[in-house]
This record gives sequence, C-alpha cells and structure tokens, in this order.
Amino acid sequence: MNTNQINWDHMPGEENIVQAKLPNGIKILCKTDYLSPTVIISGYLQGGSILDPSEKLGLALFTSYALMRGTKRQSSRQLYHNLESCGASFGFGASVQSTSFGGKALVEDFPLIIDTLAACLLQPTFPPDQIHRLKMQILTGLQLREQDTVEMASLCFDKNLFPNHPYGTPEDGYIDTVQRIMPRDLNDFHQKFYGPQGMVIVIVGAIESNAAIDLIMEKLGYWENPNWQATPEIPEIPEIKKSLTVFIPLAEKFQVDIIMGCHGPARTSPDFLAASLGNNILGQFGMMGRIGEVVREKSGLAYYASTSLNAMAHGGSWEIAAGVNPANFDAAVSIIKDELIRFITEPVSEDELLDAKFSYIGSIPLSVESNSAVAGAIVRMERFGLGLNYLHLFPKLVDSISAEDILMTAQKYLNLDKLIVVGCGPTPANYNG
Amino acid sequence: MNQDFISEKLDNGLRIFLREIHAAPIVSHWVWYRVGSRDEVSGQRGLSHWVEHMQFKGTPKWPGSLMERSIARVGGAWNAFTHLDWTTFYETLPANQLEIALSIEADRMRNSIYESNEFEFERSVILSEKEGKDNDPFARLNTAVVKAAFSLHPYQNDIIGTDEDLHHIQLNDLDRHYQNYYQPANALIAIAGDFESQIILEKIKQLYQSYPLAVISRPTIKPEMKIESSKEILMYGPGDMSFIQVAYRSPAAADPDFFAYTILDSLLSGPSSLNMFGGGGISNRTSRLYRRLVEKEYAVAVSGGLQATIDPYVYDLSITLQPLQAPEIVLKKMDEEIEHLLTTKVKGKTIDRAIKQAAALFAYGLESVTNQAFWIGYSEMFANYSWFNNYLDRLRDVHPRHVLEVAQKYLHPENRVVGFYQPETAKEG
Repeated sequence: MNTNQINWDHMPGEENIVQAKLPNGIKILCKTDYLSPTVIISGYLQGGSILDPSEKLGLALFTSYALMRGTKRQSSRQLYHNLESCGASFGFGASVQSTSFGGKALVEDFPLIIDTLAACLLQPTFPPDQIHRLKMQILTGLQLREQDTVEMASLCFDKNLFPNHPYGTPEDGYIDTVQRIMPRDLNDFHQKFYGPQGMVIVIVGAIESNAAIDLIMEKLGYWENPNWQATPEIPEIPEIKKSLTVFIPLAEKFQVDIIMGCHGPARTSPDFLAASLGNNILGQFGMMGRIGEVVREKSGLAYYASTSLNAMAHGGSWEIAAGVNPANFDAAVSIIKDELIRFITEPVSEDELLDAKFSYIGSIPLSVESNSAVAGAIVRMERFGLGLNYLHLFPKLVDSISAEDILMTAQKYLNLDKLIVVGCGPTPANYNG
Repeated sequence: MNQDFISEKLDNGLRIFLREIHAAPIVSHWVWYRVGSRDEVSGQRGLSHWVEHMQFKGTPKWPGSLMERSIARVGGAWNAFTHLDWTTFYETLPANQLEIALSIEADRMRNSIYESNEFEFERSVILSEKEGKDNDPFARLNTAVVKAAFSLHPYQNDIIGTDEDLHHIQLNDLDRHYQNYYQPANALIAIAGDFESQIILEKIKQLYQSYPLAVISRPTIKPEMKIESSKEILMYGPGDMSFIQVAYRSPAAADPDFFAYTILDSLLSGPSSLNMFGGGGISNRTSRLYRRLVEKEYAVAVSGGLQATIDPYVYDLSITLQPLQAPEIVLKKMDEEIEHLLTTKVKGKTIDRAIKQAAALFAYGLESVTNQAFWIGYSEMFANYSWFNNYLDRLRDVHPRHVLEVAQKYLHPENRVVGFYQPETAKEG
C-alpha cells in the first residue's frame, strides 16, 4: 500500500492532540487547527438509555434534551438567544451507554459554548412548562416515526435482532413510555447518572490547547456528584435461533423499505476490520458494492440498496437496506439472499480486496477534512479505546486483512438460518407472510 | 472572503474557475451545466435528472464500472445533483488523483453512451426513487404547494418528474437533451484544493479544446414575479399529524431584494444555511415564528426555506402542528406575526444579528474544500462568484427600511399558497 500521499501533519494523532485529565475525572483532548476561524466541541458522559426503566423508555434521551430548557441562571430562551445571536450551535443527545454533546462557534464565541455546557450539566432546572412543551415535541416525533417506513423497519429489525436487550430498544422510547415521564424523573435521572467520572471533551479548531483546557478547568473542574451511580455493563446479547421475516403494512405509501441482516462484531472485536472491509465489498464500494450492482444496476429494482456495519461497544449488526416497489419485495429479498450466499461461500477476489484497501486508505484525508470530522474521529478513537494513533496505524491494519479473513468473518456473522428480514410499506400483492 | 482564484474562458465557451487551497492534500472538482428542471416542458418532466443518472453509465473510454472503481479505489467521493436551474457532478479526491476527475468529466461531457437496456433499468430506478420520496407526506404537500405557486413557469415541476412523464420518456428524448445541454458553452468547471493552477489549467485546455463551440437551444421562460392570488390546498392522509406549508414568492438571487429577504428569513424562522457540504445549521429557537407558534404551543416545529435561484421562486414556511390544534387557528397566529413584520420597521441590531449568523455559517463552510468548490460553481449558476464573495457586504448594506419594503412586497396574504395536510380522521370529523 502506498501511503506517501497522506499528509500526516493534518491527521489527528498522539503528536498533535493535547491531552489533559482534570482532578474530577474529566478527560480533555484538544487539537489546534487554524484552517477556519471556528471551534468544534464534541464529547460524552457515561450513562444512556441502558438506564431507562422499561416503563419509561426514552428517559435518558428526554433528560439530555431537557438540559437546555433552563438553568439556574438562564431561561431556555436566554440560552438559545446567546447561541443563535452569534451563529453558534450546541445540543445534547443520548445513545445506549452515553449522553453526548456537541456544538460549534466562531473562535471568539468559544467561551460561550463552554459556559453553556457547564450551566446545562451542573444547573439544569427542568421547568415544568418547558418540559411539557418538550414532551409534546418528542411525542410528535414518535408519531411521525410511526408513519416512516425506514424508521419502522429499523425499529422492528433491532427489536427482533436484540430481543429484550438495550440494543433492541429505541433510545427515544415509545409513545406510551414517554407519556409516563414526568419532570421529577428527569431531575432524578440527572441527579443519579450525570457526573464528571468518565466524561470526555474533545475540542478542535482555531484555539490554543492550553487556553481551551484552562477554560474547561475553570468551568467544570470542580464539578462533583457524590450521588453518581455507574452505568451497568451491557448484558450478553441473546442468540438468534432461527430466521424471521416480518412485514409491517403502512397505508398510502408507495415504496417498501427493507432492512435485513444478522448480528455483527463489536467495534473493539478483532473481527471488526475484516468485517468492515468485507462490508465495503458487499454493499458500499463505488455504487453500493455487490448488493448495489445486483439490485440496482443489473435488476433496476431499487434506487438504493446497500449494506452497513453498525458496530457498538459490545456487539452490533450487519445490515442490508433497500427501497423497492412492493411488487419487487420478494424478488429483491431473494436477490440479496443469493448475494449473501455467494459472499459466505467464496472468498472475495484479490482485485476486490485491493480496491477496498486502496479505498479505505485513500479516503483517510477526506475523512478528516473538517474540524467536525476530526472531532468525530477523536471521539471514536477515545470511546472505543482504539488509541489516538489509530489513524496512523490504520493503513497497516487494513493491509494485513486477507480474503480468507473476510470469508471467515462473513461466515461467522452472516448466517441465512438466523437472518432477520423486515419490510415496511404497502403490502405486496403476492405477500403471504 | 478570499478572492484568490483564477478564471478563464475557452474559445468553445467553457468557463474555468480554479482556487488553490493548500491546507489539506485534497482537491474537489465540479462540473456545472446550466440545465435543470426549468428547461423541461410537459411530457418531458424529469428529463434533466434522468440524464444525470445516465451520465454514470459510461463512455467508450470510461465504462461506468471503471469510473466508479477508479474514484472509489483512491478513496474519493463523487456524486451528482439536479436542481431547478442546474445539474452538477463532483469528485473530491486525494490531491494527487485529480487527473482521474479531469479525464472522466471531460470525456462524459460529450461521449456518454445511452444504451436502451440501461435506459429501461434506470427508468425503474428513478420510479423507485420517486416512490421513496412520495412515502413522505410532507414531500407530497410541498410538491403540490410549489406547483400551485406558479401559473406557467417550469419551477412548478417537481425535479424528479411526474409518474406519467417518467413512463413515457424515450431514449431519444434523453439523447437529445444530453446533446443539446452537455456542451462546453453551457458548462463551468470549478476546482478548489491542493493543486497548481497553471498546470491544471493547461490540462483542462488539452482535454476540452477539441470540443467545438455549440449553440444551446433552450425554452423561453418568463419569470413570474408574483403569486397572483391566494390559493389553498387541502391534503389528507394516514397518521395523526397535521402540517401547514405556506409559500410566498421569493426574489431571484441576483435581485437586490434577496439580501433583505435573507434578513427576513433569519428573523422569521432562523437563518437558512446555503452550504451544501459541511457547516450545519443554527437552531431557530429565538426566531419570531418559533416564539409565537412553538413557545405558545400551537406548533411543535417551524422552519423556513429560502433558495438562491435564477428566477423568482418560493420562500416556504413549514409548520408541524401540536396535536389537536386547529390549522386555521395556527395559520391565524402565523399571520399575526407576519402582519407585525409588515407594519413595523426592524431594528438595526436585528440586521447585525443576521449578519453575524451568516458570517458564522460562511466560516463553517470554509472547513470543507468540497464546499468551497461547490460555492464557486453554485454562485455562478444564478449570479456570479462575486455574489458569494460580496455576500456579507451586501447584507451589511441592508437598511431596516429596505427590510420593511421587501416584507410588504413579498409577504402579502393575498399572494401566497397555503397547503394543509391533515389526518384522514379530520376529514371524517
């Protein structure tokens, strides 16, 4: 592999990321870059939807959204007025194991971002009128989700692939579970699960690292939460016993969205890179890889047909997605299954493997082009314990993967006897499910 | 704004814009054609978008699979977009791979092969793309609202086309469209990134200079300055949610009114980001309509959309209603806020705020070489590159009186289209 063309000075790595750890456990990773007069902040705290009570699914995400609905010193309107008046943005979210935050501003407004982060984390007030309004917004989003074929297919796929498991429950909950959430629940969740332990803050942009670290130390360095409870470990993922096909009929739709797949490797698994390269060949390279070739280019059945590897900390999914006319539902599923059989039976060709390797290595500069992308890369390296030099090591790691590695990984995860297939949209005329 | 770029026009009419940015070893190459859905007539709606799809099928020198493989194996990104006024193709690549993009784009400008089997496959692919779009009820409402906002102007047509036309378009229709519009005289190349301009300029000349100067024939289009009367569209569908979309006429991007309109947009619904790659947007929690409709619990979301176009288009306000709120009440509340805007001069600090927001959005866009190359070509499609370079200065020149005049000129309730989407149950009730 030729990696000479890659400008390593611009890559985030150990040599240009300044690290600091505050006495309360907050870790700061800072990369100075003067490409544009902007600063990005991205990061996370421990605790996410895994902590949701089953009757109040959606609580972690709701709490994260509610942080900006008012603090001891500022109303929600004041918070947003300050941000929007200078063209800055900032927000919170939550996934299974963490609560995340992110924002951007012109460099002169960076202190405002840190002020906002600190005020929302340390002093949220969860005012009832604001929480009521936010709840209506979340419920509206959930009602819209019920009419979205892609979202409904995805929800059903996750539920069946990860039954009774945090990976199979939606972070945003269900209408009935969100309706049960009250302002005191948000307050309790914040009291118990928000704390500096395990918090990571990544700063990228036109600011000196020491200035950024000093500011964070000033605003967040003394934060303690003696009531903080640690996030539990992700439980074992239940094995899929047999394949399953589910169709969700939705009236007045025109296209069926299909999601099918199996369990995939965790991001930290030794199988990950072989699965990732294999996934590239199967459904991403060029115009959506082999799957795109057979479903779109050769059959004209779909506008999109591709694959993805959703690798999380303790497991994941390997998915194929396509959007087809209802009359083509069976044909598309059948074509995709045939392609999966080929993928788990024969090794990928040397040409395909080389193409994928070149593509992965060549795309590194593009993948860290903007400050946002650099921040995202640093967060991923930190979250999954990949090491801050991961992008530097990446070409060698990619180069070490063989066609046999990909075949063995594909056989390990893609099992047609344990395949979950979900379609959502207008019911196909010939569907007998 | 940095104006450090070179531009040149070849004898065959091809215009070239090169801007060196050596911050990262990346280059972004765009070819823009002055053809979009505005150039289509009834029976041929969707033709420009279909041609864009066919441009990925290949040439004798660059078969489709070779193009795709050559870009992908160097880790490049490529795609194409068809809009109202233009069609564009881009490749963003490691800097030392620019020649791949130069060669592909030069070749497929004139030498694409449109084969009948591929043509028929692409018909079903595009119908599938349209079905995916039609799955979204709000997209269907938007299509109906925009259509009603014009009497004759082709901006009324959905870019993807109509089912009827997509079933009837023939291969020779596509070929004619391609042969007419994919000419150097109708094209512009914009490249930004890590390269040496003089070397690349010479390469472009070598690749394109053999193409002759051609005359482009295009339909005569009369701009529609006004929505002549108030119109309403009522649409019912499944689900529990109600939406409203209101469309007012917006000025052409080159019209001086556009800049005052930008202030109005920022004030009413939060600033629209014109960046296509990177940057992201700014929330709109302090916009007047958010405060009037969302904070007062008439709606759960409101947004506005202002686009830069050659001719006057539409400025749309989209509202997702709170459950159980009557659409006519929500519309009345929106109208009260608009009425306030029509009768009260905005303060100077409101304009300063909009300028700061625009400056931030521009700065975010600077992080991406792809976005910078995009802006060169994009601004040339509806005005010129100086429009982009002078954008902030033009905003600074806006006077509060001008904002009031523009509001009174464009946001009149008698000159708009209002679309309502309601649940089937509302119809039964």
